[in-house]
Amino acid sequence: MKKIFSRPKSIKKTPFHYCPGCGHSILHRLIGEVIDEMNLQEITIGIPPAGCAVLAYFYFDVDMGEASHGRAAALATGLKRALPDRVVFTYQGDGDIAAIGTAETIHAASRGENITTLFVNNGVYGMTGGQMAPTTILGQNTTTSPGGRKEKRDGFPINLSEMLAVAKGSAYIERTAVNSPANILRTKKAIKKAFQTQLKGYGFSLVEVLSPCPTNWKMSPVEACQWINEVMVKHFPLGVLKDITGEKKDAH
Amino acid sequence: MIEIDSELCKDCKLCISVCSKKLIVTSDRMNQKGYYPAFYVEKNLRKENRKCTGCGLCAIFCPEIAIEVYRA
Amino acid sequence: MRGNHVLAEAAVRAGCRFYFGYPITPQNEIPEYMSERLSKIEGGVFIQAESEIASIHMVIGASMAGERVMTSSSGPGISLKQEGISFLSALELPAVIVNMTRGGPGLGNIAPAQSDYFQATRGGGHGDYRNIVLAPNSCQEIADLTYKAFDLADKYRIPVVILGDGMLGQMMEPAELPPEISIKKLPHKDWTLTGAKGRPSRFIRSLILDPLEEEEHNWKLMRKYERIIKEETKWETYFTEDARMLIVAFGIAARIAKGAIKRVREEGLRVGLVRPISLWPFPFKAIKDFSKRVKHLFVFEMNMGQMVEDVKLAVDGGAEVHFYGRPGGVILTPLEISRVISSYYYQKRLG
Repeated sequence: MKKIFSRPKSIKKTPFHYCPGCGHSILHRLIGEVIDEMNLQEITIGIPPAGCAVLAYFYFDVDMGEASHGRAAALATGLKRALPDRVVFTYQGDGDIAAIGTAETIHAASRGENITTLFVNNGVYGMTGGQMAPTTILGQNTTTSPGGRKEKRDGFPINLSEMLAVAKGSAYIERTAVNSPANILRTKKAIKKAFQTQLKGYGFSLVEVLSPCPTNWKMSPVEACQWINEVMVKHFPLGVLKDITGEKKDAH
Repeated sequence: MIEIDSELCKDCKLCISVCSKKLIVTSDRMNQKGYYPAFYVEKNLRKENRKCTGCGLCAIFCPEIAIEVYRA
Repeated sequence: MRGNHVLAEAAVRAGCRFYFGYPITPQNEIPEYMSERLSKIEGGVFIQAESEIASIHMVIGASMAGERVMTSSSGPGISLKQEGISFLSALELPAVIVNMTRGGPGLGNIAPAQSDYFQATRGGGHGDYRNIVLAPNSCQEIADLTYKAFDLADKYRIPVVILGDGMLGQMMEPAELPPEISIKKLPHKDWTLTGAKGRPSRFIRSLILDPLEEEEHNWKLMRKYERIIKEETKWETYFTEDARMLIVAFGIAARIAKGAIKRVREEGLRVGLVRPISLWPFPFKAIKDFSKRVKHLFVFEMNMGQMVEDVKLAVDGGAEVHFYGRPGGVILTPLEISRVISSYYYQKRLG
């Protein structure tokens, strides 16, 4: 009998504080697996968000530097410009990246900063108790959109990945999910490709990961994963939104 | 076969939902954190069509990295 | 050379290779100069960021990597940076932040003022923290203090604010620039984020959920601030030996006051000047000592009364403290100030 699955080396043994069935836990492990497989543990620097994953440095066994809410893309820019041969990734939730941090993200992408962003999209502000987020869909119930998000009062959700695909400096943008083993494996491939994009210097890379938040969606983990399939992907379609890595031969 | 660390399990039931051989059930014994963890039903190993193939889907889905998978 | 240019050149010579800024009058010459200068040296990085908020966070990133880094702005932009400055202090990261003050509040105007004294010395952002604040009053002092700021920032792992104003930034004076530092000879920083090669991974963060731990972190910062107060308090004295009245002023106001003091001395008035150079740590003890024999302190600022509060704290009731201020970017001439000083001097019959 051979052990074919175990904890990645770059994920510390600390038990996760995330809720049962939370997408963060799955995504943390995937990032750890990719860092292990690509041998990046000694050269990776991560930037956690303000959000449920604010304590990510207790889980990832790589250098990590805290950013204030939404500003990870700017911090990553400063860090990567100072250390161009390291792998710099930001890990951000939907509020962090598409509300307060939109300007920094769009500009980092437009400047073509060689950073990778892992964007966890669960349609709510999790850590603060489930308020409406920029990616909350119309009709979705949250603590600041009781009765469901209304077009007139709250406006429309933001499809940030599509917006970033327009930026000329973005090199690779894909939307995946972690609500089934098949999607989880697809997410892992996307993370790997994003890090490769960064290592080759092609520009800004981002993986948007649709992620269950059973606690704030008020569903069981299994139901939450189904809801992503049945409802969420209709507004946030999965797939590659931009990929110029095949065309570029040399880094700038 | 698989090994589940019952102290890490938070009873999300994602592994149960994805095991095609129905080899994981919810235990009736609480763990230290107060969850009823997932439990690998070993005694069905003998029956041919309900033997663990080591597909690993449960471990891939498990958020807590509580499952280790072994394959012959 | 123009003040803003002197500042930028001194920064580069001090080993600053990273500048992140945003246009705002009256400091635009600084990013413009840096964009040219840094593009010509190895390892120089200049980014005109999308906002003052973005630029302070780029500063945080580069500082985490161990680099000497600077940003500059004016009042409204520094207000935007406050969360970042609070973070720099909490994370104990070195950085140099330049404020070329303009008239305020709000959009204000682009004339020189000193109305950001509170913003600079009271932290400005949230939480219990202090930054070193240096106030030059000439192009030469801009060069010297900017050069020193980077050493202080690295030594104490603290943000250093250079509090200038629109006039200092624009005026043209000769200045002797310091020699260029060799970056390789700078002391090694053993706390930076560079990738966990050959060492355990580390993290830099300010979120400390346990109140007792957070309290201890605050005490740790406080002990650092005590050391800085002991070592880095700086001020200048001018004609104080026989003074019956002391002007207290900083920055450009002190230059104007010096001109006024020259005039009134010619008429026999015994007036002197104490010029705080470090606004934090403020020379509380020096001013208190002066107040033991000089019972009239006259604070002159280009604002509605900010440093005067620190002067009152310093004398602690032991002398009379008076204030004359002009906000909004109004620049007094030495003649005008000398009239104010004289009238007050005679009123109080200081002989």
